[in-house]
Amino acid sequence: MKNTSAFLASTALAVAFSPAMAQEMSNEMTIVSWGGAYERSQQEAYSIPYNAMYPELTITWDQSSNEAVAKLRAMNEAGNITWDLVDVVAADGIRLCDEGLVIEYDPEELLAEGDDGSSAEDDFGDLIVSDCFIPQIVYSTTFGYRTDMVGDTPPTEVCAVFDLEAYPGKRALEKRPINNMEWALYCDGVAKDDIYDVLETSEGQDRALAKLDTIKDQVIWWSAGADTPQLLADGEVVMGSTYNGRLFSVIEEQDQPVAMLWDMQVFDMDGWVIPAGLSDEKLARVKDFVFFATDTQRLADQAKWISYGPARNSSAPLVSTHADLGIDMAPHMPTDPANAANTLLYNYEFWADYRDDIDAKFQSWLVQ
Amino acid sequence: MADATDTGTGPVAHPGRQAPDAAAGGPVLAADGRPLKASLKRALRAQKMRALLLVAPLLLFIMLTFIAPIVDMLFRSVENQIVAETLPRTVAELQDWDPTSPTLPDDATYDALYVDLFIAAEYKMHTRLGSRLNYEQTGMSSMFRQIGRDVDDFGDLYLDQFEDLDPRWDEAEPWAALMAHPEYLAAASDWRAQRDSDAIDPRTTPPPAFRLVPGINDLLPGTARAYAQYAAYMHVEEEETADEDEPWTLVHTMLYNDLMAADAAAIAAYDGPMADALVTAKDAVAGFETMTRKAQFIDADEDWGNLEKWATIAVYSPEYTPGYFLTAVDMQLGADGITRQDEDKRIYALLFQRTIFMSMMITISCILLGYPVAWLLANLPMRSANLLMILVLLPFWTSLLVRTSAWKVMLQQQGVINDVLVWLGLVSDSDRLIMINNQFGTIVAMTHILLPFMILPLYSVMQTIQPTYLRAAKSLGATNWTAFWRVYFPQSVPGIGAGSILVFILSIGYYITPEIVGGTSGTFISNRIAYHISSSLNWGLAAALGTILLAAVLILYWAYDRIVGIDNVKLGG
Repeated sequence: MKNTSAFLASTALAVAFSPAMAQEMSNEMTIVSWGGAYERSQQEAYSIPYNAMYPELTITWDQSSNEAVAKLRAMNEAGNITWDLVDVVAADGIRLCDEGLVIEYDPEELLAEGDDGSSAEDDFGDLIVSDCFIPQIVYSTTFGYRTDMVGDTPPTEVCAVFDLEAYPGKRALEKRPINNMEWALYCDGVAKDDIYDVLETSEGQDRALAKLDTIKDQVIWWSAGADTPQLLADGEVVMGSTYNGRLFSVIEEQDQPVAMLWDMQVFDMDGWVIPAGLSDEKLARVKDFVFFATDTQRLADQAKWISYGPARNSSAPLVSTHADLGIDMAPHMPTDPANAANTLLYNYEFWADYRDDIDAKFQSWLVQ
Repeated sequence: MADATDTGTGPVAHPGRQAPDAAAGGPVLAADGRPLKASLKRALRAQKMRALLLVAPLLLFIMLTFIAPIVDMLFRSVENQIVAETLPRTVAELQDWDPTSPTLPDDATYDALYVDLFIAAEYKMHTRLGSRLNYEQTGMSSMFRQIGRDVDDFGDLYLDQFEDLDPRWDEAEPWAALMAHPEYLAAASDWRAQRDSDAIDPRTTPPPAFRLVPGINDLLPGTARAYAQYAAYMHVEEEETADEDEPWTLVHTMLYNDLMAADAAAIAAYDGPMADALVTAKDAVAGFETMTRKAQFIDADEDWGNLEKWATIAVYSPEYTPGYFLTAVDMQLGADGITRQDEDKRIYALLFQRTIFMSMMITISCILLGYPVAWLLANLPMRSANLLMILVLLPFWTSLLVRTSAWKVMLQQQGVINDVLVWLGLVSDSDRLIMINNQFGTIVAMTHILLPFMILPLYSVMQTIQPTYLRAAKSLGATNWTAFWRVYFPQSVPGIGAGSILVFILSIGYYITPEIVGGTSGTFISNRIAYHISSSLNWGLAAALGTILLAAVLILYWAYDRIVGIDNVKLGG
């Protein structure tokens, strides 16, 4: 998707007339993202205002984030990096960093200070989970349910998913162990703090699978984020897990009889990584863009377009209303105190180690 | 060339016929007086050459864009250089260690591991190795990531003590003076001056190559090697000269080892830079606080004292491994050789069987549904046949995703078919049929998608069957059924063969449709291959699974050729 106006502008303006700063920066940039409403929010909040500052810059968007890890590795092996900035989930960011496919950065140097004067490192806090990963938004994987299919007692806690008597009907769960195993153990009586200790052991994994076994017949397994919203809208499932932004869109934008179940939502992050091996000009451009796109105001602006929480602490007070619907966005943020009473943070370290092992077990269990 | 071909045209057609004559009485001569055999050979060669030259561009194109990438990908299924490349010294030491032994590797292995990991961590290669080994042994990923941070601090123990003796041990220039060749130092300072004055571009003019000062290699061998490694790193990764930064702590650890081992007289005899500091250090090292690398590793992370982890490194240290193939057939390669995969992790054999079984079901349903349509197409008048043909081709012009998603709307429990059945009263509202997210859904959707690949070859074969044969059969008293079964059907078999091969081979590698409508029981092996390519990044396993799939297709093709005969396959008249 080319930004036509910027493209015209860039051809109209000869390089010689551009500001001195920009001469050292590439006038082309390829940003990789997820497409859809999320990419639109990034364009509205980051790239359109940035392009206004640098009209000679052409930004190309590529919707390949879901296969970014494999593609970056292939590009790296071929020695031809065609991407300048890539939006990935934190787990992929860590994996890419481990593989040496993206560069490490220094938060104090690359990122702007917070509006409240806090240093970038403090402002992002614990969210900088890897030396390469530049956090952008906090989203969560959580449940939505059909308000017309749950009777008079709508579910208030996540274990309703495992309660076939009170809430009969199909459920949608993601076709991978991550999150499902945690919810299963939690609802099998494991204390929240002990979940990963239990899940480390073979018995713990069996225990989680046994709990999932109790609802296996009633589960539709999804692999694309759009599946659960569709299944909920069609009434195929009574409840299902997906990203909170997708549920927001079903509830508020499409006005379906669906409600959020925030209990035990699993926080995860999305952010930027910069591929290794960029030319100096391209790197200078990307760094300049990232500095701009991750400052306090820009991150807060993104929340006008999508219900994901800004990764900076200093952005939270600036979150305003939805750009089209005009509704207040704060109550729809996964980080809103009312929604975040009982949450879990995606355990990156644990899953980096156990992902291959537990996935083999999970998939084997799934096809039995 | 034209000459040779002209003279050769005659004999080429029947090369065998000349042989008995030639054997009977002396060499048979061609028209130009040369032996016919030689002339024939020349002509044949020329013809072959010409044919080869004609197809060369295509051949080259296919080799480069199709065969080479496939071979490259398949090769990954056994490739395992990463371990030996990242930990060369450790792998060499591990040759003598038995992975089944109840004792940990010796101190020399840990010393080698320290050097390997220190360098790997500087080049940021250690985490890649961790991800690689994590496929075989859970926990290796974080073990390597963590140690990459810790290994840097191991040498602080010695650095601090050397520094207490003489602060110059933590400075850049004294180290450079001790280690580097004076010519290198001069060249380095020249290069820096030019770079700083913008006379050269460091990207096009790299810093001078590092050289050790003569003699240092004999005096302090380990230290010299470590310093040279550091200098090489500065040269390649930082594009800097070595003499302006203090060296890695690896160098200090090596200095401690060298001084402990060195002869006091040799140190005293040295008269180059830092001679006084070396003598002081030599006297002091015996009293240094010290720790073995082994203790430091296990202290940093007890997993480095875990036999299983070491066994995994040892078992996967060769450059080529059968490990991926074993995983792909539900086996595993461990310290005690090849064993079956744990029962709760077996999945691939089941998926292979299922993929083949479902592909056959899809092929059979395509034959059953496609045969009558092809017959209609071949026997209707041209005008209606064309209309029907467009209907057959229509799905080709619709996006695959759209077609598959349409089946979702049709088949799901709140979908069109179930709604109609409930409305007709055939099923009750509470027992709606489950027709999607299972094998049934996959077979239905894929049969629909692949049907044209069956109809088209069938149609083109049926078109060539003379209607007069059927009439003749009937006129000789055959019933409709006999005429069809004994006369028409055998002639259409080549079309069925061609269609079946096409549909079967296409369906065996399908993955988008099973992913969307297959649920858990209707997914194919290709879904796992896709997962390993794009999510787990286990390309070795993906390549092994792909190789097995390719081999299975080739074997089935060969079996088909033996049973039906590939000559009986026709794509057209």
